[in-house]
Amino acid sequence: MKIETRRQIYEFLGLFVIRLSMLIIVASMVLILGFIVYRGIGVISWEFLTQQPTDSMTRGGIFPAIVGTFYLVLGAITVSFPLGVCSAIYLNEYAGNGRVIRIVRFGINSLAGIPSVVFGLFGLAVFVVYFGFGSSILSGSLTLGLLILPVIIGASEEALKAVPMTYREASLALGATKWQTIKNVVLPAALPGILTGSILGVGRAAGETAPIMFTAAAFYTRILPRSIFDEVMALPYHIYVLATAGTHISQTRPIQYGTALVLISLVLGVNTIAIVLRARLRKRHR
Amino acid sequence: MSTQKDIKISVKNLDFFYGKDQALFNISIDFVANNVTALIGPSGCGKSTLLRTLNRMNDIIPGTRVKGDVIFDNENIYGPKIDVVKLRRRIGMVFQRPNPFPKTIFNDVAYGLKINGMKNRTEIRDRVEHSLKSAAVWDEVQTRLNQSALGLSGGQQQRVCIARALAIEPEIILMDEPASALDPIATQKIEELIVELKQKYTIIIVTHNMQQAARVSDTTAFFYIGKLIETGQTDIMFTRPKLKQTEDYITGRFG
Repeated sequence: MKIETRRQIYEFLGLFVIRLSMLIIVASMVLILGFIVYRGIGVISWEFLTQQPTDSMTRGGIFPAIVGTFYLVLGAITVSFPLGVCSAIYLNEYAGNGRVIRIVRFGINSLAGIPSVVFGLFGLAVFVVYFGFGSSILSGSLTLGLLILPVIIGASEEALKAVPMTYREASLALGATKWQTIKNVVLPAALPGILTGSILGVGRAAGETAPIMFTAAAFYTRILPRSIFDEVMALPYHIYVLATAGTHISQTRPIQYGTALVLISLVLGVNTIAIVLRARLRKRHR
Repeated sequence: MSTQKDIKISVKNLDFFYGKDQALFNISIDFVANNVTALIGPSGCGKSTLLRTLNRMNDIIPGTRVKGDVIFDNENIYGPKIDVVKLRRRIGMVFQRPNPFPKTIFNDVAYGLKINGMKNRTEIRDRVEHSLKSAAVWDEVQTRLNQSALGLSGGQQQRVCIARALAIEPEIILMDEPASALDPIATQKIEELIVELKQKYTIIIVTHNMQQAARVSDTTAFFYIGKLIETGQTDIMFTRPKLKQTEDYITGRFG
């Protein structure tokens, strides 16, 4: 009897701790989101989304920043998706587990842990100055691309690993070459996971400030970019500028929250697309 | 001894290693054309390993090593000039668990044809139909060729996998416990199919099921801890085996 009650106490305590953690996480998420929505929803309007900032950015919209973030993210994914997927295929299907490969893997994992401001400085040194791309969409995209490369490689490798060995065996046993097997069987089966991981990478790229600070982002531009060598405004940098560097910091507070709300909505939107896409692809493959 | 019969593939003094562990010891065995040969023995005796050496499927497992010869068409398949991809087109394989691709039934069976360069659609369609008929599953799937094979029962899936193997018209079919994941009725269908298929193909089957070996095979080979203990005509092996060890295993006294 005694043991029985002690067990029940443990059971109760264990469940309690787990539930509490869950509650704290959900509560903080709701709190953050709610706060931003509460403070930012007031400025959201069609004009806010489609107009230029005016009056030293204390009024008007954030359209150039939305456009800039869109270009930067598009550029980043264009650079890092093919590179990342190909590296993941090499690592998972061809490389084996030799010493050099283990070091390469370690390097990629470490890349994921490097502070984003370091990527920013690297981008400044290499793309902006050395290659002479200047502060531009190109430099910013390449820098962001590098930043999310480990995310994409990691997600792709996990997705490839999750493809059952039996698929590969079945294909090889039919006289398929290794590449035919990868292209026709392994990649289609891994695609949902690869896409999800990559789109999560997009979300990450959209939200980063430090990497674009020195490589792409403009404090304020009136004109929309006309080529990949133009500077752009970007949502996270816009928030940073309004909140720290302007002369009207408290006056622009609602715009800061509004911009944050737009940024969060975009990222959530992209993630939702990822989830829907994955569900669809999975259904097609089941 | 079946010296006067046509020998399709022949294993000579084969040793096999997983890293440092030796899994097969000096195996020599001939497989007769258009026969069903059953490989039997307790788990871990090396019968599946031997099966997978015949189409070099073990190549994909890192750290494995083969010594000795496997002669197929007067050539050692472990020789330097052998194209493994071509070899596997001639020696098909059916696995323990049905492993259809996440594709439609049609594309699943057509896969082997397409990767081997067949482009003509009518030709592909005919071959798919013919293969599914040969695998005795056409009647059950003909109305749902554009659906995923994963929606079929295990037995149907396995017959689709057999059809897939048949589609590229191999000469030998290796079967690794093809019915072990199936219920008795599905098993019976697979067994009937095996007997049917030996008209055209040479079949080598690994099985844990003694009755199955007795029912479907012409020749039986008994393995124990990596060694070939005894091989012979199935009816003799099951009634008057030469060795006590074989008899004990077959009658269920050990293993």
